[in-house]
Amino acid sequence: MSEITPELVTHLASLSRIDLSPDEIASLTTELGQIVDSIAKVSEVATAEVPATSHPIPLTNALRADVVGETLTQEQVLQNAPEQQDGKFVVTAILGEEQ
Amino acid sequence: MAKDKILSFERALELFEPVLGFEVHIELGTKTKMFSSAPNEFGSEPNTNITPVDLGLPGTLPVVNEQAVRYSISLGLALGCEIAETSSFARKNYFYPDMTKNYQITQSDQPIAYDGSVEVELADGTIYHVPIERAHMEEDAGKLTHVGGSAGRIQGASASLVDYNRAGVPLVEIVTRPIFGAEHNAPELAKAYVAVVREIAISLGISEARMERGNLRCDANVSLRPRGQEKLGTRTETKNVNSLRSVERAVRYEIQRQAAILEAGGTITQETRHWHEDTGTTSAGRPKSDADDYRYFPEPDLLPVVPGRELIEQLRSELPEAPAARNRRLKGEWGFTDLEFQDVVNGGLLAEISATVAAGATAQAARKWWTGEISRIANTQGVDAASLISPENVAATAKLVEAGTLTDKLARQVIEGVIAGEGSPQEVVDARGLAVVSDDGALIAAIDEALAAQPDILEKLREGKVQAAGAVIGAVMKAMKGQADAARVRELLLERAAQA
Amino acid sequence: MSELIRLSAAELAAKLSAGEVSAVEATQAHLDRIAAVDGDVHAFLHVSDSALETARGIDERRAAGEQLHELAGVPLAVKDVLVTTDMPSTSGSKILEGYMSPFDATVVERARAAGLIAIGKTNMDEFAMGSSTEHSAYGPTHNPWDLTRIPGGSGGGSAAAVAAFEAPLALGSDTGGSIRQPAHVTGTVGVKPTYGGVSRYGSIALASSLDQVGPVTRTVLDAALLHDVIGGHDARDSTSIPESWVLMAAAAREGQSGEVLKGLRVGVVKQFSGEGFQAGVEQRFAETLTLLQGAGAEIVEIDAPHFEYAVAAYYLILPAEASSNLARYDSVRFGLRVHPQGGGTVEDVMAATREAGFGPEVKRRIILGTYALSSGYYDAYYGSAQKVRTLIQRDFNAAFEQVDVIASPSAPTTAFKLGERINDPLAMYLNDITTIPANLAGVPGISIPMGLAPEDGLPTGLQLMAPARADDRLYRVAAAIEARLESGWGHTLISQAPALGGK
Repeated sequence: MSEITPELVTHLASLSRIDLSPDEIASLTTELGQIVDSIAKVSEVATAEVPATSHPIPLTNALRADVVGETLTQEQVLQNAPEQQDGKFVVTAILGEEQ
Repeated sequence: MAKDKILSFERALELFEPVLGFEVHIELGTKTKMFSSAPNEFGSEPNTNITPVDLGLPGTLPVVNEQAVRYSISLGLALGCEIAETSSFARKNYFYPDMTKNYQITQSDQPIAYDGSVEVELADGTIYHVPIERAHMEEDAGKLTHVGGSAGRIQGASASLVDYNRAGVPLVEIVTRPIFGAEHNAPELAKAYVAVVREIAISLGISEARMERGNLRCDANVSLRPRGQEKLGTRTETKNVNSLRSVERAVRYEIQRQAAILEAGGTITQETRHWHEDTGTTSAGRPKSDADDYRYFPEPDLLPVVPGRELIEQLRSELPEAPAARNRRLKGEWGFTDLEFQDVVNGGLLAEISATVAAGATAQAARKWWTGEISRIANTQGVDAASLISPENVAATAKLVEAGTLTDKLARQVIEGVIAGEGSPQEVVDARGLAVVSDDGALIAAIDEALAAQPDILEKLREGKVQAAGAVIGAVMKAMKGQADAARVRELLLERAAQA
Repeated sequence: MSELIRLSAAELAAKLSAGEVSAVEATQAHLDRIAAVDGDVHAFLHVSDSALETARGIDERRAAGEQLHELAGVPLAVKDVLVTTDMPSTSGSKILEGYMSPFDATVVERARAAGLIAIGKTNMDEFAMGSSTEHSAYGPTHNPWDLTRIPGGSGGGSAAAVAAFEAPLALGSDTGGSIRQPAHVTGTVGVKPTYGGVSRYGSIALASSLDQVGPVTRTVLDAALLHDVIGGHDARDSTSIPESWVLMAAAAREGQSGEVLKGLRVGVVKQFSGEGFQAGVEQRFAETLTLLQGAGAEIVEIDAPHFEYAVAAYYLILPAEASSNLARYDSVRFGLRVHPQGGGTVEDVMAATREAGFGPEVKRRIILGTYALSSGYYDAYYGSAQKVRTLIQRDFNAAFEQVDVIASPSAPTTAFKLGERINDPLAMYLNDITTIPANLAGVPGISIPMGLAPEDGLPTGLQLMAPARADDRLYRVAAAIEARLESGWGHTLISQAPALGGK
């Protein structure tokens, strides 16, 4: 009954930027199928009149005054960078257009 | 890049009805970022306006900037929108190296403002009401520069450098509903709409709204539908439109390009297109596809914003007058003719002239410089006039003319110098040595020298042959390299003739 | 000196402030213990090399007559999910190996300000995904009661450190039971505070709407003392509750001595029994209820019809939020970077890095969460799960109209064997059935030892839950039950733990 197919897992892996191996895709297809079957029952009780809860404690308006605070130095910003140049982070070429 | 076939604008309009839509992003001029206390500043050293939050470091959490909320509400009100009783944030998930968390915090189901309308007046006096679907708060991304390729283009680059100073800068995105009925005015309406939004943002004091800096960015959606057809055509979204002028040109180009495809029996691909200022064309970007699954969900790290009636009414009471009403008032105050005022509106120069007048220039002088010399240079360079020079510098130049320090001709050189980055008007005057020679002694010496070369002139003047003065004035101006006030030279010369 | 490590934090603190013991001595005793037993237990991923120096600073301040916090000089183990400036913070993942944070988590900052000595970072399931600590990229932690068994998870390292007397206090994080379930299987005390009661700033996010940082200790009073140090409003966490709190330590002390059980209405959830619950766990739970009745409490059966959907909702909400929270580990700004063979675009580098840097459970949940949020499935999965959350909150609200606290076993079984369930994610997920509802509803929960299961001689835990913001009630009641149980046994439960190689 599961709709989890290897193609779907491959698509999800691409959306989440994980270069899964063929073996992983195969085992995840099976595991996710079982997991999804067991958790799909949430829709049994989730009827239209029940509101969704995104935050467990209902609070509002946590706002910050527009006042400049402490910043990191450029050195701190780059301290964990895998690669850097001229005060910037370096990444390999980007394919395609900017978003 | 293969050149697109395009249809003539007139023919395109005969066959198709253009439908427009705009997404305008405005960077808010708050002191700090949308969700962190890092300074919101342009032009700093790379990666210095950054707190751990802006870098998306493990363990960091966002906190909403109260001022950004107030600015957004003011903007929403000025756009004629309803303000949400409860507004909430959502995450838009996609990977891109300019985003530190690989999701953007934005608003989805509950934008801060919705259902508005903006009045836009065209040159011929036609008034359109552009329907606003929503205005929502979100954060900007960092900036990428591409190295190893040609001309900083992404294509062919071997690597990219990322500066996250802009990451987290507060944005409001204003989304229109589809705009029908613009017809042959579509390109002009596009430009005028963006100009009005820009004026609103400036008049509210919530953004510098400088397009060349990316403070205000416009994505223009264009679709065509055959005459008589109800169903909307497939739309394209043109990005990278960085001046008012480009908005107009890009919309016109897309209408012509799409019309050519449709007329030839082709179909339009739903895609992002990039505007190229140099060629005046657009090129295909990413196609919209199933891969664009942004997986929006409520941002669990942020609470809903409930502004409260009191705050909304307070901000409403503080709104400046609407641009249309303000235009009518300014036209009167400035004493411009219809033609003069329309020139200003078309140039998108109202805010600049207001600011120039506020900085001490007369309205006519401000108009003359902005619609004249500055617009001329802007057209040559293909940029907006506002991006070239500040109103304060224009006013300072105008005041130098008024004081007699500069002639109009010299003032044009000063304007050129300021635009070329040579400094303030006074600095340009000093550096280029442009000031009018107001030292009578120097002028008299020059006059004497000229008279010595043409001794008969004094005689002629005494005989009342005033036109003879021209030769001497010309010689003096030449000797002074143009930096003399011709009227004063004439006065001195006539005094001289009377004495002898 | 080794007796120092067997003291509770409150007892050690008393000796420190009386000048009987120095912070250096206390710290050295625990560092010695770590050196002696952690090779077997593997509770720590990193041991501080500056702890003694920090302790010396505390001793000097005390010698100079400075008024220090009650807990100043007491060692503290810190779960690796919390970022620290002086030690690496990896959240148990290869993708963050060696990562140094430029700031301390708020709870760590507050603990340091109180003079607590951070002695090390404790092991955990990678990004807190797991119930056994077997999903740590750095190898599993072993249960001090039986080294062949799991110490619970995700915070098995903190619980094992406390149970093995390597630290009197530890910090944990609880997303679906990661503090309470390890407490259950290690015979220790663990508290998940009310959501928003303790700052999440600096806690490496797993599921933002479920995560809560809390204390891991050997006694209820120690947990309360630590809670008072780390709790309270933090403007850097928007979901932090702005109101002030009563002192938890005062509530615990009141519970230890007072008659708080008399007239207390204790709810027992119908749905938390039967299938999947080990007989010895149910037996100890039933005995504890009898003891409560004997002390004047009233036992009320509670119907929470939607609790059976809690695990399902949890395994949709958690992966969904996690898939987004973990997107930042992309090799650009920090952490691991792996270049695919033959080069590639930045997208390929990101995908190769995430493939190499994440373990199987993390990948499983990211894929599941991406699925739950993707278009076409959102309403059926994530949307429905959020509605179940509402229904579970309603079940809690209805229950707390009838009772003051809800009691249950903290987990269905005692510690299982390492490796036993590692390849059966569903069985692993069901381990959290009793703890998950509190996270979904945001209410506080505590686990305290309730005896050893007769069939295997392993610890079991009693979970108590209270309405949101009533954390003090938990401490009051738990301290009272702890006192009754221990006086019945004639000793603490943890004193029965095996000695380990250190002795």
